[in-house]
This record gives sequence, C-alpha cells and structure tokens, in this order.
Amino acid sequence: MPKRIFITGYGIISCIGNNIAENLTSLLQSRSGLGPLRHIDSQLKDELFVGEVPKNLDELFHMAGITPAEGYSRNSLLGIIAAREAFVHGRLDDHRELKTGLISATTVGGMDRCELYYADFLTNDSRNSYIDSYDCADSTEKIAFLLGIRDFVTTISTACSSAANSIMLGARMIRSGRLDRVLAGGCESLTKFHLNGFNALKILDKDPCKPFDEKRAGINLGEGAAYLVLESEESIGKTGNQPLCEVSGWGNSCEAFHQTASSPDGTGAYLAMKKALDLSGLAPEAIDYINAHGTGTDNNDLSEGRAIERLFGERIPMVSSTKPFTGHTTSAAGSTEAILSILCLQNQVIWPNLNFSQRISELSFSPVEKLITNIPVNAVMSNSFGFGGNDTSLVFKRVTRE
Amino acid sequence: MAFLNGIGLISPQRTAETNEFLSEIVEYTADYLKCIEPVYRNYIDPIQSRRMSRLIKMGITAAKMSVTQANLAMPDAIITGTGLGSVEDTEKILGDLTKEERFLNPTPFIQSTYNTISSQVAIQLKCHNYNSTYVHRTFSFESGLIDGLLQMEEQSASNVLIGAIDEMTMNHLLITRRIGQWKMHPVSNMKLREDQTPGALAGEGAAFFVLGSGKSESTYAEIKDVKTWIRMNCEPDAGTILSHFLGNHDLKATDIDLVLMGTNGDLNYDPVYEQFADQFFPGKPLAWYKHLCGEYHTATGFGLYIAANLLKRQTYPEILHLNHAAPSRLKNILIYNHFRNVDHSFILVQEA
Repeated sequence: MPKRIFITGYGIISCIGNNIAENLTSLLQSRSGLGPLRHIDSQLKDELFVGEVPKNLDELFHMAGITPAEGYSRNSLLGIIAAREAFVHGRLDDHRELKTGLISATTVGGMDRCELYYADFLTNDSRNSYIDSYDCADSTEKIAFLLGIRDFVTTISTACSSAANSIMLGARMIRSGRLDRVLAGGCESLTKFHLNGFNALKILDKDPCKPFDEKRAGINLGEGAAYLVLESEESIGKTGNQPLCEVSGWGNSCEAFHQTASSPDGTGAYLAMKKALDLSGLAPEAIDYINAHGTGTDNNDLSEGRAIERLFGERIPMVSSTKPFTGHTTSAAGSTEAILSILCLQNQVIWPNLNFSQRISELSFSPVEKLITNIPVNAVMSNSFGFGGNDTSLVFKRVTRE
Repeated sequence: MAFLNGIGLISPQRTAETNEFLSEIVEYTADYLKCIEPVYRNYIDPIQSRRMSRLIKMGITAAKMSVTQANLAMPDAIITGTGLGSVEDTEKILGDLTKEERFLNPTPFIQSTYNTISSQVAIQLKCHNYNSTYVHRTFSFESGLIDGLLQMEEQSASNVLIGAIDEMTMNHLLITRRIGQWKMHPVSNMKLREDQTPGALAGEGAAFFVLGSGKSESTYAEIKDVKTWIRMNCEPDAGTILSHFLGNHDLKATDIDLVLMGTNGDLNYDPVYEQFADQFFPGKPLAWYKHLCGEYHTATGFGLYIAANLLKRQTYPEILHLNHAAPSRLKNILIYNHFRNVDHSFILVQEA
C-alpha cells in the first residue's frame, strides 16, 4: 500500500481575504474580489480589472509580523503571510525531529521591486538590497529562514500550474519516505512585468472575467499566496493533527503543442486529469466537483471543457472556475484553488462560477451558476494549466471518521 | 537505479560535439566565461529557431545531444533546473518597461517564463509526459535530479531527461557585481586561485542528462543520491548530514575516492570548501572545475559531466587537481557545492 498523504493545515491570502476564514466568508457570500488596479503604478491602471490584495507594502509588512526593511518584495510578504498561517495551523513548530520540507512556487518572483528599481540597478548602488530579491528563490528562502525549515527547500516554476506542482512534489517526497511533512504552495504578486506581458498577448478581459461563457473575453490577473501542510500517516501519529482531507491523486502532463496556447482537444489537460484520477483509485463518477482552471480565455476554456468531456463522458461532475472571485493568481493559483476545493469538502458546498450566462456552444455542459450548499462532496479535482502546456491535476478526498 | 546514459553539454569549454574529454583547455581572460555555441541549424529548424533566444536554443540543442547519445526517442519525463531562465529576454522587457508599457513585444515575455526550456524541449520531442522546472538558485539542478530519482523509484519513468541551464549577460554581471558576487575585473580562468580577491568568476552553461533505469553501452556512471540543505544556525551540521547521506548507501567518508568541489576563486567563500575537505576528507584527492565553466546557479551540471567522465574513463586530468593526492581507482565521487554558504548540496556518483 502506498503511503497516504493528508492535508493538516492551510493558509491563504487573496483579494477575497487575508486568511482562510475571510476567504470562506467571501465565497459563502458569492463576493468577488475583482476591481481596478490600485497598488501598482502602471500605465494600464485604468483599463484593467484585477484581483489585487487590497493592502500596501507597509500593511503587508505589518500582517507578516515583520518590521519594514529593505530587500522585501510584495511577493515575499504575501508568501510569508500565507505560509505562516499554514505553519501555525499545521503546528509545524512542534516535533522538529520530523523531516520537514518547503516547496514553493512563483514565476515573477521579486519582479514587483525589480521593475521599479531596474534603472538604479544598472546605474547606481542605491537599491542594492533588492538585487538579491529579484529571483524566484528569494521568497522561498525568506519563508524557510523565518520558519526554520531546512531539510528540503526548493522552488518550482511551471507558470500557472506552479503551485499545483508544489503540492504534487510534496506528496511524492512524503510517499518516497524522504520527508515526513511538507509546507507546499506558491505566491505571486501583480507586476507591471506580467500585466503587460499578458496584455501584449491580448488575453486580458477589461471587464470581470466570465469563464466557460460563450462570450468570455479573457483573464483578470490576480495575486496572492496559499500554502498547505502535507503529512504522512506516521507523522500524524506523532503530531496528533486532524486531517482536513487526503490528497490522493496527482497527474502532470505536457501539451507539447505551443508555448502559450492549449491544444484544441486538450490533450495535456486530459492526460493530467486521467493520471490524477487513476492514481487516486477513484472511478470518474466518484468526483463530485471539478475546480477548473477556467481562465476565461477562448482557448483554455474550450480546450479544458473538451478534455473534461472526454474523461467524464456523459456524467460530467459539477464544474466551476473560482477565478471570478480571486482573479488568476498565476503561480499561486494551484494552491489557492486546492484550498478552495478543500473548503468544498469541509463545508459540503460547491462554489459558483460567477459571471456566467451562456453555455459555450461547442460544449455539452455549463458550470455551476449559484452557490450550492448542503450537498454531499466527497472527492474533488483541482486543475491548473500553464503556459508551455504544463498541466497538473490534483484529487482531494474527504476523510471519513472511522 | 539511475544510470547516466547520455550527456549534452554546451559550455565555455569544447564539450559539445566531441568525444574528447578536456584534451584541449580553452583559456580566457574575461569578465565572465561564455559558452562556445554549436551551429544550431544542425539541431533546430532555422524557421523555428529564428525567434528563439540564445538560452532556449542552447537548451534544446543540449537536450537533443543527450537523447541522441543515449539513443532515446521519448523520455518519460523532462525536467529543467535554471536559476534565472532567459536573462536576455527578461532584460529586454525590463528595458522596454522603463520607457513605455503598452507596446511590449510578447515574444520576450513568453521566453522569459522559466518553464520555456522544458516546454520547448517537449515540443521538439513531441513528449506529453511529466514536465517540470525548478528555479531555486544553486538547488535548481539538484531539485531536478531529486525529482528524476523519485520518478525512477515510483517506476513511473525508466528514462528521464534533466537539464541544468543558465546564461550570463553583461548587464546582469554589472548588476550582480554590485552585491559582491563576482570579480570586479577580468581574470584569467587558468590563474583564478592566484587572484585572491572576493567574488567568483562568472560563467554559464547548458547541460542535459539522460537518466535511465537500465545500464547501456553509453552509460557513464550511476547517480546514487542527491541531498540539498540550507545552512542555518542550528543542528545538524554538515558532518551529520554527510554521514547520514553516505550511510544511507552503506558508505563512509573513507569510501569516497574523490571530492569534486565547487571552489570558484571567491576569497570569501572558498574557505568553506577547504574547511569541509580538511574536516571530513583529510588527505583525500580533491578536485575542482569552476575555472573551466565559471560560476552559475546550475554549474553542478558541468560538475556532473566531469564526475561522469572521470568514472567512465578512469582518468584524472591534472587541470582538475586541487591537491597532490591521487586516487588509486575511481569508484565513488562526491560532488559538494554551496552558494555563499547558504544553499549546500551533495551529489553522489558511482562507477557503473
């Protein structure tokens, strides 16, 4: 029997809340966090709808419990806030003898400061303390040092599936016996760098995004961080933590199709979902809900929808994209949506796909339109697909008390 | 079991398109060591490569060299380690952003995304299998190796393609010189240890390795294990980590025939290697390689190329010697690396 892996803690910050409780409240009230850009001085500021965490740098320092200092990016502060909530919840400070790892994910890294100070980097020494905080490892190492995690520390970047791959690697490291427990997730802050990059690709919606809608018009980028504590059964035996759920399946596949577009038939998405389902040992009909990647682009939603049809056939589970709540938090999306999926298992609810009005003509199904409560939810699938065709799916199962 | 069955390496030395091993050393007196690049049209369709930046071309080419050598058509996983991804593309965007935001060219943005190399290799090989990218400073390649070893253990893969790739640019050198990472002046790579100043000699490289569960004619060596750890002011220390690491394979420090160290000419940080060797491997043969490739986040890729060739060829060229001790036979090589005494790693390579 392969080792079972349980989730025993989580932490999140997003545009709909600074912690788990606030995110849950917003979701239960079907309250979106999307709005205009306020904290980044971009020329696109008045044109975009984004999922921005409504806090400035000083407020984030305060929330992170850190005295404001140079060398911190917005990204690393978001990461620290969410990682610490999960760390406390999963009581990682106890039982230091257990082998503990930190696997984080980011793609823009400390670019939010780098893009402000780049001209100084090139010409003078005034912003030297930010040079080291530009890369992807910086936020991860700041979290590792703050929380004292050192047995295994790494950073993954597979664009928008990054944090799902963190969770997947965390589960595999525990299953192999290399680690007993892992803090896994990702962080990403909004930057001019990727707002403009996505804008240049012409895939941003100027209005609130409408995933899986016939008239969908693109992405609203978001920001945030989310981390989960993964533990083996043996580890739980020592920590006494209560499992929130089990992560029972994971699958990673590559489209090998195009650097930024999904294949029309969603080969990568299909393979990732199939691998995750097979590994979980569940039949397709056992999946009650899919938290879709559902970015709101023409390309993704059709491709993902077709892959879902191919895998689930006539019995398509309830599907929704929660990106109209949080925006697309790119490298943090995998762990953000993993947590939102787990909240469905815990609260026996299904999150609505906000802003939906008309089914995609090529698809046989529509997403869930309104919040559903008091419904049995025993297994959920969370999809995260990225540029480069890096597709990852995760399956979470409710733990029934024996 | 993870056998190293193919290597493709583009580096500042003549390591690509040759069967020779360090037979002719390229000497430089330079700010940083630049890769000797092959003719890309022999590996990538020129129509496709026209818009590819240098790092992507180097990555795809190194990957193709390694699968050809291993005679592998379809890897079960493609994993890349890169500390910084395409610096050239990132700089282009940052330069543009300081002027006008709106009219950004999307191509550098797409290519600046770290997973572009793994993804482009997958497109070239039409490979739908597992695909990932690690971006953690000097753990980038080591994390990829650990992922690859896991794939083998899980039996979800019998052949894994793993890359170690980073580039340097003049702008990036100038920026990171400000925080003491590099020599402030051009140095001779052949006289690096005589320079005796703070800062390393910067370099770059693109390496891909094929790890296979079976031994073949092209096998160089076996990768036994990889360990990364962050040094904090708490237990356990390097010695405890070393003895656990070796002990997991029923080895002791005395079983190591050669320690291949990441010595890079930095007066501030080379003593960490010297103390490590004095404390745990007194009298043992010690070697280095970063005078040949320069320092970069995934330089242990070059180190693994060296270790693999030493084991396969059972030679020990003088250019690598850090002391006068000579191994009688090479069976176990320990690659030890650290970055500014924070991120430390071991790679244990064994004769196959």
